[in-house]
Amino acid sequence: MTGAAELDPRALRADFPILAREVGGAPLVYLDSAATSQKPRCVLDAMDRYYTETNANVHRGVYTLAAEATDRYEAGRFSVARLVGADRRGTVFTKNASEAINLVAWAWGVRSLKPGDAIVVTEMEHHSNIVPWQLVAKITGARVLFTPVDGDGRLDLEWLEVTLRTEPVRMVAVVHVSNVLGTINPVADIARMAHTYGAKVLVDASQSVPHMPVRFADTGADFMAFTGHKMLGPTGIGVLVADPATLDAMEPFLGGGEMISDVRTDGSDWAELPYKFEAGTPPIAESVGLGAAADYLMAIGMDAVRAHERSLTAYALGVLSQIDGITIYGPQDPDARGCPISFSVPDMHPHDIAQLVDRQGVCVRAGHHCAKPLMRTLGVGATARASTYVYNTHQDIDTLAAALAEARAFMAA
Amino acid sequence: MGLEDLYQQIILDHYRKPRHRGELEHPSVEVDHNNPVCGDQLHLGVLLEDGRIAGVAHTGDGCSISQASASMMSEAVAGMPVDDALELVEHFRLMMHRQTEPDEDRLGDAIALEGVAKYPVRVKCALLSWMALKDALQTHSATTER
Ligand SMILES: Cc1ncc(COP(=O)(O)O)c(C=O)c1O
Repeated sequence: MTGAAELDPRALRADFPILAREVGGAPLVYLDSAATSQKPRCVLDAMDRYYTETNANVHRGVYTLAAEATDRYEAGRFSVARLVGADRRGTVFTKNASEAINLVAWAWGVRSLKPGDAIVVTEMEHHSNIVPWQLVAKITGARVLFTPVDGDGRLDLEWLEVTLRTEPVRMVAVVHVSNVLGTINPVADIARMAHTYGAKVLVDASQSVPHMPVRFADTGADFMAFTGHKMLGPTGIGVLVADPATLDAMEPFLGGGEMISDVRTDGSDWAELPYKFEAGTPPIAESVGLGAAADYLMAIGMDAVRAHERSLTAYALGVLSQIDGITIYGPQDPDARGCPISFSVPDMHPHDIAQLVDRQGVCVRAGHHCAKPLMRTLGVGATARASTYVYNTHQDIDTLAAALAEARAFMAA
Repeated sequence: MGLEDLYQQIILDHYRKPRHRGELEHPSVEVDHNNPVCGDQLHLGVLLEDGRIAGVAHTGDGCSISQASASMMSEAVAGMPVDDALELVEHFRLMMHRQTEPDEDRLGDAIALEGVAKYPVRVKCALLSWMALKDALQTHSATTER
């Protein structure tokens, strides 16, 4: 894959039809890609072409159309697998990242966890990587332990080491890049530690795969989850990546059509991988769209994506830190973080910030970002969050800063 | 429609200088409500004497709309008979859903929140304290009737 060395956001912007629209007369400045990304024309076209040219159910029909639909569905999987260096058989499509994590919690966790076992997550997890484990802990009698986060927004790896040494930890489930703090966690080191003590590792890569080069093997994880809609793809599709041998050893999560090789009145046999974990008609057009998104990202080059976002993040940290009294959460070193930047400003609730900057067409998020344990650690109820992607420019950051200044003046007036 | 609709001066004034903010010494009933969408939190204490709201106080953390609304609500219902207060809560709720002509005499400053109805995501912020009051009054009557 030879991506262009540098990414030109102004050229890429033309690929995203939505960026041409205005909000209340102001050009759209979309700074909420950590919640969901915008979609390039090629993704929309690929899905449209699928429905207009080859729509049929997959893996069933013998007729040409059905074969073409199956080809396109599997081509999508192939592109996604290639993006993260995964085995096609270990690349399972789910509904989203949440379902991918639930799949592991139920298919692996319910059968493997015993009373007293420990599942280690972290205080900076998205609810998606907490609640499935709590559900499964309730059924199995296992406990969910939270790795603390320090003042700089980093995980307490000493705590983790001690816990691995002293507790019967069976699973370490950790986010790769925090959707609130931006922290890039050293997942390979964590996986090495966890494996030393015989624990399995799940990496929530929802905020890393879209934004930086991620090779599944390099994470050291047993399982990796991410979600299509945050990486230029459509909603309705997520991905679980695992070693096929790991998945082979697991029972299915959901049952239904597609995931069986034989169904008898006295029992059933499972389909080969990855279909064993894809019950029912899968997200076909979504796979086509996500495949187009992965191809688009690979054509840009993930190194170039990361370099661009690192530059934007460094710039944003500089510009925002000029704001009087602002608190920026997470690591202040742009090399140690991805692009979500959470902040708070005195005397201005995040909700008011988001409402007021919307006047300038600026979209930022306000709230707990589905990370309530982290909010408690930070001692806040909510933060404002700006997050970028390939189509954002340094000027977008300037627009945000100007809109923040204006919002502040408005509230103080 | 400008944002000035949403953020009227009177709202910002209640936000900066909230009335009835604090804790009652001997509340008859206390409730905690929060808005899971945005993290607004409200603690409301109510003192009831002879079927009237003899005291009301709130603490918490939230956006300007939720905090101003708590202040305006407290001002509007202080001293009011419980039944009237419950009616006023319903009136306010209907105003937030644009299903009634707001009655300024009863709402007081809270009528300024009428513009919030145009911002569906903020309606929950405005309603937070009113729903907390309703809960407090109903909780109290349920426990005392028994
Ligand atoms: C770190 C992280 N994990 C998981 C998710 C959940 O993704 P989804 O809602 O697509 O399942 C998100 C996004 O909201 C996220 O930021």
